[in-house]
Amino acid sequence: MTVAVNPTQTGEPVFYLADEHPHPEGWSTSLGFWIYLMSDCLIFAILFATFGVLGGNYAAGPAPKDLFDLNLVAVNTSMLLLSSITYGFAMLTMQQNKIAQTQVWLAITGLFGAAFIGIELTEFAHMIHEGATPQRSAFLSAFFTLVGTHGLHVSCGLIWLVTLMVQVWKFGLIEANRRRLMCLSMFWHFLDVVWIGVFTFVYLLGVLR
Amino acid sequence: MSTNTHAARADDHHHDGGHAHGTFSSYMFGFVLSVVLTAIPFWLVMSGTLPSKQVTALVIMAFAVVQIVVHMIYFLHMNTTSENGWSMMALIFTIVMVVIALSGSLWVMSHLNSNMMPIHQMSGMK
Repeated sequence: MTVAVNPTQTGEPVFYLADEHPHPEGWSTSLGFWIYLMSDCLIFAILFATFGVLGGNYAAGPAPKDLFDLNLVAVNTSMLLLSSITYGFAMLTMQQNKIAQTQVWLAITGLFGAAFIGIELTEFAHMIHEGATPQRSAFLSAFFTLVGTHGLHVSCGLIWLVTLMVQVWKFGLIEANRRRLMCLSMFWHFLDVVWIGVFTFVYLLGVLR
Repeated sequence: MSTNTHAARADDHHHDGGHAHGTFSSYMFGFVLSVVLTAIPFWLVMSGTLPSKQVTALVIMAFAVVQIVVHMIYFLHMNTTSENGWSMMALIFTIVMVVIALSGSLWVMSHLNSNMMPIHQMSGMK
């Protein structure tokens, strides 16, 4: 729709107000959210680069081999992977308009996510108890920053998940809630993608080093 | 008015302009692939099957790249047509930035590291 004010004879300024054709609410949300995720990806890239540079500087402190328990990391990885597929099921049931099933799958996703955070915090507590604190060495600073940022994202995702479950409970699967659930689905799967980098480059390559 | 837009939106989902959705089989296929692509690197490192650490490192990095692509396709539903190609453009731009940031940092810093004077010589110069 283009609104053009005709030039007047009085010499007043002429305004051209060009509007795009109307879009339904939220039509650009998924692209905008994708761009946010890409900018988040850059944050993680920089943290990975920092870890790559500092990851070998143990300052005569504990090395990955002394700290990481790969069995625990494997369990943690499976928690996040399972939460990804259960979120996928939540999206599938959402498309079929099954509110109760969607809520159940979201709740299961939340439990897996909470288990992931719980295991990670236990690991952190164990490390700190052993004296492997962030200030111990450059490796540990980079480790806690990278893995902690990822954990913080997952925690925010959990808060978001609970918020959306309340929204769906109160208002049902309305268009706005579907859009929000889709954004959270992208966020959640994106965090799983970042975790692939974390378990490969931080844990597996760290133990290998 | 609002029902019209909803109908239009619902229609849109099946065209290429909108966000793509997965199916049960595509999610399951992606999940099984991810489990395999996760399990193999963990097994390689924990059992130490491959003789050289260098080879193991390269193999698990390759597995990570493949798994990231699998997640992108089956969980994040990336394709060249979603959002009229703009999400793919954003992704390509991000990948370029990530590659520059990562390889640049690692390359420059490793050179600086190897050009640094050893610590014992430095303490002798005080």
